[in-house]
Order: sequence, then structure tokens, then C-alpha cells
Amino acid sequence: MAELPATPLLDDLEKGPWPSFVTEIKNAALHKDSCKDLLGQLERSYREKIGHWKHGGIVGVLGYGGGVIGRYSDLPKEFPGIAHFHTLRINQPSGWFYTSKALRDICDLWEEHGSGLTNMHGSTGDIILLGTTTDELEPTFKALTDVGFDIGGSGSDVRTPSCCVGPARCEWACYDTLKVCYQLTMDYQDEIHRPMFPYKFKFKMSGCPNDCVASIARSDMSIIGTWRDDIQQDDAAVKEYADKGLNIQRDVVGNCPGQCMEWDGEKLTIDNDLCRRCMHCINAMPKALAPGKDRGATILLGSKAPIVEGALLSSVLIPFLKIDNEEDFKDLQALVEEIWEVWGEEGKNRERVGEFIQRVGMANFLEAIGLEPVAEMVAHPRENPYVFYNQGDDEEEDK
Amino acid sequence: MSDEVSVEEVADAMYKQIADAQGLKKLKPGDVTKMMRELYGDRVDKKLCKLAIRILIESERCVYTYFGGSYIELPPKEGEEK
Repeated sequence: MAELPATPLLDDLEKGPWPSFVTEIKNAALHKDSCKDLLGQLERSYREKIGHWKHGGIVGVLGYGGGVIGRYSDLPKEFPGIAHFHTLRINQPSGWFYTSKALRDICDLWEEHGSGLTNMHGSTGDIILLGTTTDELEPTFKALTDVGFDIGGSGSDVRTPSCCVGPARCEWACYDTLKVCYQLTMDYQDEIHRPMFPYKFKFKMSGCPNDCVASIARSDMSIIGTWRDDIQQDDAAVKEYADKGLNIQRDVVGNCPGQCMEWDGEKLTIDNDLCRRCMHCINAMPKALAPGKDRGATILLGSKAPIVEGALLSSVLIPFLKIDNEEDFKDLQALVEEIWEVWGEEGKNRERVGEFIQRVGMANFLEAIGLEPVAEMVAHPRENPYVFYNQGDDEEEDK
Repeated sequence: MSDEVSVEEVADAMYKQIADAQGLKKLKPGDVTKMMRELYGDRVDKKLCKLAIRILIESERCVYTYFGGSYIELPPKEGEEK
């Protein structure tokens, strides 16, 4: 049995009832020297409060500019097993549906070609394979493609699109998130594998406003399911919730951000014109309420996590778009490509599309992509910063 | 005489720009595309430039690098630190 380095600080992270990544690395270290060195370097980082990783540079597989993140130890003599410890991002299936065979295949090939350590899943949604050497990149890539997987995005490219489970498991899905995710992935292979933008561009698809993949906060383009008719309502089921003890006035009506509901103790009345599609009432009474039947998606643009600049949330670009058929999908793609054209041409290095819009102004951006401003282009519910007035409009109206 | 520019010609011109900039300035794919449009005007478009970049990468005359963002550079010489 391999002797593991002493790791008193890391050992603390094994205490408690929850799973521990330290325990998993220790298990892997019993048969992988790289994992033993990983424990040693990590313990040292915790002790010194200094990270010992360098990343970036030149690693990848032939033809691809993304998906492999070069990672090197800055202590290669002390920890030779992790002198190279590159990360691979693997394009996950839409909605993260796997067969157990697919998972075994990935684990087997990663045991053979890398550290065996995985992260299911990274914040972008990919399968993350942690730790291999430069020499093993091409063999890993070949083994992955042999079992039907491909590398995902990284760097200044389209990141691997991700989506919620959508209609596969959720009755609230307002469009087929899995289909749109798959279609975008297949149609934009070039953009995923060959960096061509000022910086990264992420798509995330959520089937309803619950936004289970947090697309409004974490993707440049958020495609969030919504409906434009009335909430479906089963009065008998509403009454049943009340009879079973749900305090509808306090817990449903009182929490409605649009204040669009009334409860008289017998019947729930919804003023759908004031509904903000927040999903709160539907989440509270799933057997009684459901999204309407005229379903589609809202397209939002511009969110990002704080890296170069601060965090942004997406704001509404297209209030409602049907994405049911090929023609609808073409409309979405035309919009995406128009945005890429303008941002690709005028965006600064490492400037996300949301930051680009802030710099040039929404009015100029909309004009450049050929989209007419409409009142529903909101940054927050009931807040519309994109109403544009041209000088002289008021005088024209006064005449 | 045809006004058309072949993808190979664009790839060669891109390679020259990248080689000239090596060690001085890191060029993004968008930068070299803009350079080609300045050089050839309307005779090239983005699609052609994308193909030219693909030729450079797949022939291993150039490589993608990552230093905060993605760049196109010449491959490192033998023994050179990556």
C-alpha cells in the first residue's frame, strides 16, 4: 500500500457526515502517484496559504483551441507527479442524463489515462476530468471519442451549452430545453472548439422561470421558458391544499411579487395581467396550478460571474419566442449570430457581451443588432431602462 | 485576372502576421481576421478567415494558446519553455 503524506490540515476536511474530496483523493492516491503528490501540494498550500498551481499556456488536442486547461505545479521537483496536471472539460449530455455504462466508460478511460479524479460537474456543466500529462491528452481524446464523448469549450469560445432536465422529467418545461441545447451544441461545433470571440460566451437553457440551471446569473444568453396566457388553475385542488393546512393567504398570496392574487377562503382569483411569472404560487401548489398552455421562452442577454469585472444578471432581449420548430430555431440562431457579429467586431479583449452592452449602451447595441426596443425589455420586473427618446419626439407628439 | 483570394493565400498572410507579432503582441483570432480584412478588403470575409485559421491550426503551423483569453501563436521551438 502506498504511503500517503501527512496531511493534518486536509484531514480536518474529512470530519463530519458529508462526503469529503480529501477522502476521495486519498483513495485514489493508493494507486496513483499523481494523487499522492496532489495531497502533498494541497496540504502545503493550506499550510502556506499560497496556491501552487499555474495555468494556461499551450496544451490542447490537435485542431481544438478549447476544452483542455493547462495546469502545472510550480513545485515540480517536490511534486513530480503533478508537474503537469491538466484538466479536460468534456461535453456533458443535455440534462446530464447518462447510462451507467457511459459513466463507467468515462471512469475507466480516465483511470487509464489520467488521475482518475473527476468533478461531476463543473460550473459550466461539463464533466471535469482532473489531472493528466501533456502526453496523455491525445490518447484521452481518442478514448473519449471512441465511447461517444467530445471535449467541451474553454477559453474565448462558446462554452459547452447546458440545460435543465426540461420536458424529460418536468411538467413545467415551457419548451424542449434538451432539444435546443443539443441543437446549439451541434450547430456551433466550430465556435465551441475554435476560439474566435473577444471572450467566453455561454448558453444556458431553463425550461421555466424557476431557472434550475441559474441561467439568468451564469450565462451570456439565458433562454428561460415562460408562457403568455393564463396560469392553469384547478380550483378543487386549490381547496384541497387549503383543507390540508396550507395557509394560502400568508404563504401564497402574501408572497406574490405582483400582488396579482386574491383568496377569499374558498376560491383563488388570479389577475394574470399582473403576473410576473415568478413561479412561486405554482411551486407552492404544484397539483393545483401550472404554467399556461401558450408556452415559449424569454431570451435574455448579458449575465456573468465576477471575473474581470463585477457580476451581471441577464436582462430581457426577446420577451417571448416560440422555439417549437425548425423555423423558430432559425430565428433564435439569426439573433445569436447577429449578436456575435457585433460583439466580435467591436468587443474589447476579455470583454463579455454584457460588459460590451454596458460600454456601448443598450440603445446602440439594439440598433447594431437590428432589434426594435420594446417595453418588455426589462432588466428587472417592472423596471425598464431601455425606453429611448429621441430629441424632438415630445414636440412631435405635442403637435 | 480573378479578384478572388484563396484560403491558402489568406492562411499564409495570417501566418506572416502571427510570426511578425510573435514575442511582441499576442493576437486573437479576431485580430488576425481584422488584419486580413484590412489587407484584402472585401475580397475576404469572416468565413474565409475562419477556414484559413483552421488550416493553420490543423497543419500545426500555429497553435491556440490561453493566457486569460485565447490567442493564436507559433508553436514553441524544441526546448523552449511553454
